[in-house]
Amino acid sequence: MDSYLTRNFDRPDAKTLAGYEKLGGFRTARKALGMKPEDVVAQVKAANLRGRGGAGFPAGVKWGFLPDNGKPRYLVVNADEGEPGTFKDRQLMERDPYQLLEGILITCHAIKAKVAYIYVRGELVHAARFLEECIEEMRFKHYLGKRCMGMPMELDVFVHRGAGAYICGEETALLNSLEGKRGEPRLKPPFPAVEGAFADPTIVNNVESIANIPHILEHGGEWFAKLGVEGDGGTRIFGVSGHVRKPGLYERPVGYNLRTLLFEDCGGIRGGNQLKAVIPGGSSTPVLLPSEIDIPLSIEGLQGAGSMVGSAAIIVMDETVCTVRAMWRLSRFYHHESCGQCTPCRDGCGWIEKIMERIEFGKGVPEDLETLEKTAHGLSGTTICPLADACAMPTLGFLGKFRKEFEEHIEKKECPYGNAFVPPWEVD
Amino acid sequence: MSWKPTPQTEDKLTKLLGAYPDRKAACIPALFLAQDELGWVPDDAIAWVSEKLGMAKSMVEGVATFYTMFNMEKIGKHHLELCTNISCSLCGAEQVLEALEKELGIKAGETTPDGLFTLHEVECLATCGMGPAMQVHDRIFEGITLEKVPEIIKELKGEG
Ligand SMILES: Cc1cc2nc3c(=O)[nH]c(=O)nc-3n(C[C@H](O)[C@H](O)[C@H](O)COP(=O)(O)O)c2cc1C
Ligand code: SF4
Ligand code: FES
Repeated sequence: MDSYLTRNFDRPDAKTLAGYEKLGGFRTARKALGMKPEDVVAQVKAANLRGRGGAGFPAGVKWGFLPDNGKPRYLVVNADEGEPGTFKDRQLMERDPYQLLEGILITCHAIKAKVAYIYVRGELVHAARFLEECIEEMRFKHYLGKRCMGMPMELDVFVHRGAGAYICGEETALLNSLEGKRGEPRLKPPFPAVEGAFADPTIVNNVESIANIPHILEHGGEWFAKLGVEGDGGTRIFGVSGHVRKPGLYERPVGYNLRTLLFEDCGGIRGGNQLKAVIPGGSSTPVLLPSEIDIPLSIEGLQGAGSMVGSAAIIVMDETVCTVRAMWRLSRFYHHESCGQCTPCRDGCGWIEKIMERIEFGKGVPEDLETLEKTAHGLSGTTICPLADACAMPTLGFLGKFRKEFEEHIEKKECPYGNAFVPPWEVD
Repeated sequence: MSWKPTPQTEDKLTKLLGAYPDRKAACIPALFLAQDELGWVPDDAIAWVSEKLGMAKSMVEGVATFYTMFNMEKIGKHHLELCTNISCSLCGAEQVLEALEKELGIKAGETTPDGLFTLHEVECLATCGMGPAMQVHDRIFEGITLEKVPEIIKELKGEG
């Protein structure tokens, strides 16, 4: 069984509680709720489930950081999916909501939380509304409430919508936003596990991380660990966008080959064009060249290639793409989304955007490349949260691997590719 | 205060408060409730939220202005939000933006004189594999092409 997370995606019957149960749903929750919380945590630890939100922290280890201080505990599910290229969590919520909710039930039992919040990105109106309906149904059937599923466990789940700010995906910004504040990241430590939502111990996990939990408990941590590679278990939902023939979501075991995914599963490059560049893990991860994609899609595999698996969002660019334009577009995003608390980020992302724009439109000067490098280096590691690095890394990546293209723009005083990306209708 | 929320809105807010240990946490949902009724967040809405949640008006305003989904000014009846981030742009969003601007006779960020349409460029809508993507309130249009642009506008106009 190589895919389990997406197994219900084409089964509309899974979208009702009764239908989901017919397909075997909530059987595992019933079993797990009868286990000791420590034993559930032990299974998740053994599974080597690495966080699917981008940072890849082992979930079981994080759960172990909760202090035993008698304070209320919270689970906060990060459904703020906003990293450009990433589109898996929306589908997990819209196409199999009860899988996520079953995961929440089991997780809250394991970490002894009585309240869970699902922080859903404001734009995902449908997902939020649908989850609310599902939660209502679970309350009605006493799967949530004072005695969940007739077991001595109390839990309620609430959907909290964001309102349009990418930075709220960062876990401490998300917590501020949940508390009704501006979504500005907090200085760490204290980490959320110690002082999170409403200053109480809180576990923040990504939607896909939590959706994995029922499967880990159903088949055991060891099974899950074996699906992937050493230290990085399970499958991942890879979101492929851009210039492949068949973009979409592909659930594959951790360690799956990137070239195989693009050239076999996704049908290769549109119009038989040549591949030029691949962003392997969401917009903030360093770009790869075609010669660098014969690698396993795992945390270590991508580290080895000088990039990151991040949110497993793979953005593919064919030979028609101007990499300067691509980087300009990304820098616009990061500049727009900087929360403005740290000067290097607020100003630095702005400078990078300005320089990128100037180069793309033929107004760049040779010194710009050095300024870009300096600015990007100045951003790294000097700020409250990693958004600044998320802008710096792709900048240095594109500049390092496509320097010739940057220089060409400056020399010719114009973009050699025309001032737009080539749309699909001009290719196929 | 000239604007008063409907009793239903008041009820919804009361229900919301039960979800949080601290009523201030209901700030974003409360602002949404006001905006759902009014289409935007005028001073009256800020005042209502501040009174209900026991927060200073400046705090509520600070929150409202932080998040892009709160309209601090009146906007058109149909709010077109086209994603022009990387995956969508690679698949034609730049050309779709131009076509929308031409069809509506406005630039991104503007509202048509008849008050029907406001057009905005937005960041990734988590639909990257099916782009170009555009959100219009709670609807999402995927795989937009140049031909689809006038059709979408016509359809929305037909809804009044
Ligand atoms: C700028 C920024 C944006 C982020 N956006 C998201 C996001 O949209 N979804 C998400 O799950 N994690 C996001 N993260 C990662 C979270 O901070 C956090 O690591 C994650 O939610 C933990 O869950 P996991 O361990 O299950 O991955 C973001 C981090 C940063 C720095
Ligand atoms: S690095 Fe940027 S986004 Fe993060 S806290 Fe600082 S200013 Fe805000
Ligand atoms: S880039 Fe447009 S939806 Fe993600």
